[in-house]
Amino acid sequence: MSNRRLTSILKISLLSAVMAFTSNVFADPVKAAFVYVGPIGDMGWTYQHHQGVEYVKSHMGDDVEIEYVESVPEGSDAERIIRTLARKNDIIFTTSFGYMNPTIKVAESFPDVKFEHATGYMRADNVSVYSARFYENRHVIGKIAGHMTNTNIIGYVASFPIPEVIRGINAAFLAARSVNPDVQFKIVWAYTWFDPGKEADAANALIAQGADVLMQHTDSTAIMTIAEEKGVFAFGQASDMSAFGPNAHLTSIIDVWGPYYLKRIMDVKNGTWESTDTFGGTEEGMLVLSSMSDQVPENVRSQAERTLLGLSKGLIDPFTGPINKQDGSPWLAAGETPPMFPDVITMDFYVEGIDSKYPD
Amino acid sequence: MIRLIPRTQPSKAMIFLSPLLALTLTVVTAFFIFTFILTDIEISRVFYALFVEPLIDTYYISELLVKAVPLIMIALGLSIGFRAGVWNIGAEGQYVIGGITGGAVALFFYDVEGFWLLPLMSLAAILGGMFYASIAAFLRIKYQVNEILVTLMLTYVAVLFLSAMLQGPMRDPSGFNFPESRLFHDSALLPIIWQGTRVNLGLVFAIIFSFVTWFGIKKHISGMQIKITGSAPRAAKFAGFDDKKTIWFSLLISGGIAGLAGLFEAAGPIGQLNPGLPQFYGFTAIIVAFLARLHPIAIIFSALLIALTYIGGENAQIYFNLPSSITNVFQGMLLFYFLACDILIQYKIVFIKAIRQKL
Amino acid sequence: MNEGLIIAIIIGISVASVPLIFAAIGELVVERSGVLNLGVEGMMIVGALAGFIVEFHTGNSFLAVLAAMLAGMAIAFTFAFLTQILLTNHVATGLALTLFGLGIAAFAGRTYTEVRIELIPATHIPLLSDLPIFGPILFSYNPLVYIAFFMVFLVWWFLFRTKQGLILRAIGDNHDAAHAIGHNVIRYRILAILFGGAMAGIGGAFLSLVQVPIWGEDMTAGRGWIALGLVVFSSWQPFKVILGALIFGGITILQLHAQGFDIRISAQYLSMLPYLTTIIVLVSLRLRDKSKTNRTMPNCLGRIFHSTS
Repeated sequence: MSNRRLTSILKISLLSAVMAFTSNVFADPVKAAFVYVGPIGDMGWTYQHHQGVEYVKSHMGDDVEIEYVESVPEGSDAERIIRTLARKNDIIFTTSFGYMNPTIKVAESFPDVKFEHATGYMRADNVSVYSARFYENRHVIGKIAGHMTNTNIIGYVASFPIPEVIRGINAAFLAARSVNPDVQFKIVWAYTWFDPGKEADAANALIAQGADVLMQHTDSTAIMTIAEEKGVFAFGQASDMSAFGPNAHLTSIIDVWGPYYLKRIMDVKNGTWESTDTFGGTEEGMLVLSSMSDQVPENVRSQAERTLLGLSKGLIDPFTGPINKQDGSPWLAAGETPPMFPDVITMDFYVEGIDSKYPD
Repeated sequence: MIRLIPRTQPSKAMIFLSPLLALTLTVVTAFFIFTFILTDIEISRVFYALFVEPLIDTYYISELLVKAVPLIMIALGLSIGFRAGVWNIGAEGQYVIGGITGGAVALFFYDVEGFWLLPLMSLAAILGGMFYASIAAFLRIKYQVNEILVTLMLTYVAVLFLSAMLQGPMRDPSGFNFPESRLFHDSALLPIIWQGTRVNLGLVFAIIFSFVTWFGIKKHISGMQIKITGSAPRAAKFAGFDDKKTIWFSLLISGGIAGLAGLFEAAGPIGQLNPGLPQFYGFTAIIVAFLARLHPIAIIFSALLIALTYIGGENAQIYFNLPSSITNVFQGMLLFYFLACDILIQYKIVFIKAIRQKL
Repeated sequence: MNEGLIIAIIIGISVASVPLIFAAIGELVVERSGVLNLGVEGMMIVGALAGFIVEFHTGNSFLAVLAAMLAGMAIAFTFAFLTQILLTNHVATGLALTLFGLGIAAFAGRTYTEVRIELIPATHIPLLSDLPIFGPILFSYNPLVYIAFFMVFLVWWFLFRTKQGLILRAIGDNHDAAHAIGHNVIRYRILAILFGGAMAGIGGAFLSLVQVPIWGEDMTAGRGWIALGLVVFSSWQPFKVILGALIFGGITILQLHAQGFDIRISAQYLSMLPYLTTIIVLVSLRLRDKSKTNRTMPNCLGRIFHSTS
């Protein structure tokens, strides 16, 4: 080996050693905490956030220490739990809208701790908000549903009439109508995010009223199990729910939080964290669809895949005109897409064609 | 064979010992349950988090006080009725209604500042809780309908009513359709008395009310009435005391205080009206009252003990990912043992050889 | 609104009423003996978990239901021991039972939230199940549904057609007199409480074995408390329990269907009806019996029995 080469190797080794040494000495593991609104075992919303946590762990190993608390009620106890976590962690993720006020309150007392609030709208210097354009995937399953229904009735079990849920209904409806002009939506409001018994009852009621494809914006697997039992189709929400409905399951909308969580935690590690407002979608890799059931015919499947591809390239907006509001007033002209704010972010109307009265 | 022999005189020693015995038994049972179910966690760490840490950390101590306030208030009100044999099981419903009526005042004046707002809200809350409890009083007096069932059924109605209000007239117009009210503005929030924590004026009120109740029961003649009526209804009739007034008084007081507690919770740690207002304090307060043997001062302490199970249970949830329901297990066990150990005051345990009798 | 939908609604209401029927018929017997057990919710959830666990591990539905009964009885025994042997206050003990039951079930069940089981399938009776209309409405239920209705009949028969039932009712009306005659008040009450526990356990198991094949710590969702109201609503008469359960269970189902039809009745106000109706029934019972001693409500309900021998 030549002298120069040896010197280079020595230099690189020394440099690596110094870097390794300094990174071990000066970089303690980042401490991150997660506040879950439900149990990880919901196999839905919370389960998917926890998958994001596992993703971070697998990428960062010992560089991160993560703790999480499940089923935190959205009342006055939330503040205490968030505060307890804030005393020991560098960054905290609160994964439900109902934690907005406690998050802001605690953030005020802990200016050096970073907070990330899911699906909220209030920010601060140390508080970011993040969410995903879930309605993009509703657009895809809407098309599938429009093809797969025989009775032309699609049952929708919704939780609360908040913009996120309304967006989902509208997007799914428009997509379903675009492939099937006779399709109609029956919508039941459960007024809960997670209540297997009630969700099951709602599913049964919708099926009894003729729905043969079910969509949900609630968190448990109950609806999928009822669909399986009654022999209709259903789409999973937030997680792959195929295990709960082998024959009923068409596909599931899957929230992918891992890369976002990794990025934010790494930002804290590198000192580059800033308060942001993230509203990512398929393009940013925050949403995927689980594998599709064999029962989906080839043409439907390829259309869905093309749609996904278009979404991932940012070429498709589920809300593309001409679209009117439910009362007939015009919303979007032909080819027009809505501005994020206020139309999409605070959506509070049904689109034209939806039979149900808008809840209020 | 174990027999219970009535003592000639209630054992004074057991009055003090039985709660301690109950507490010890609870801790020991918890130890066994943990060892059996939690095979991968150090038990001592669990116990530390559950019982020790909340007592040595000032933040947790402040939260103990915050948690204790509604328990103290509701338990005080209930204890008055329990002495008289009036069983207000629906304090939770009165708590919710008081929160709604008091909160309605806060929301009505949402852009108006003034010192008078909190007292007005409190008055509305008390009246709301009283009105709600009066339904049970009326039905009991007029139709001899058991107040346990009426107040219980009305609790469900109250919670549903809250839900209806939050989805309708009381919903925050700028809150994206979530079933929550506006955040209470400054004049509508209880002032914090311990800076940096959530301990508010409610604590002062609770302690004052505890002493007031104590004096009231000791000195005032109606306290005597209530004492007698409860333990022997027939005796009270013979002595010429007014049953009706006792029932009205008991239910109105417990309803009013429970209503005020509901408002204090909404105008205190919660800061608004939302579906998280009902937290079963109305039921847990029954336990608090029993653990204190209905004594107003002791209620402060039993409330703190129960608050400890809440905070400790939450710590178990945070640190060991145990389900939050572990708190219920403690509370249930504590009450079981307490009730069981109380028997030792009136009865002695004696071992007798079984004598078979043939009929 | 077609025939198929009406049939589906009727079936839905019948099924929803079953857990209530079980829990209420059990509590009815308990209250007839003079004991008020507020711990029904705790017994139900424990039964639900026990049934779920056994079903998950063995796949044997019969064993699962048996396990649910035993679990309910075990918890009920604590209540029986405390109130009948140690003479503790019924109200406090019942509450402690509810809390403890809810807590221990959630605690023990925490590893079972991610799994599902096979539901107990509906029965198919040849010929009868295939009848139009009456086939599905009457003859195509899960075995537990039939057992529930049978239990109601059994309880009625026991209370009003057997000597022991008469004694139990007598104890509930006047425990001192019954004791004086020589009946073992404590024994009857303990047995009644255990029966109540077994029924509540099965009622809970119905939720986890038939309604939804998953486990959640809030599964019972207050049905135990509703069952308490149901017993009163039924004036402590077994067959009226069925009526009450159908109404209570039905309201939830109807409210969901109404939404599907876009009928804008507020879900909350509709859901209040069963509870308000119970109160009205309570009053009407008294109005009917104002002058004479109340025939239906057990006089000794909730009063502690002190044997004087």
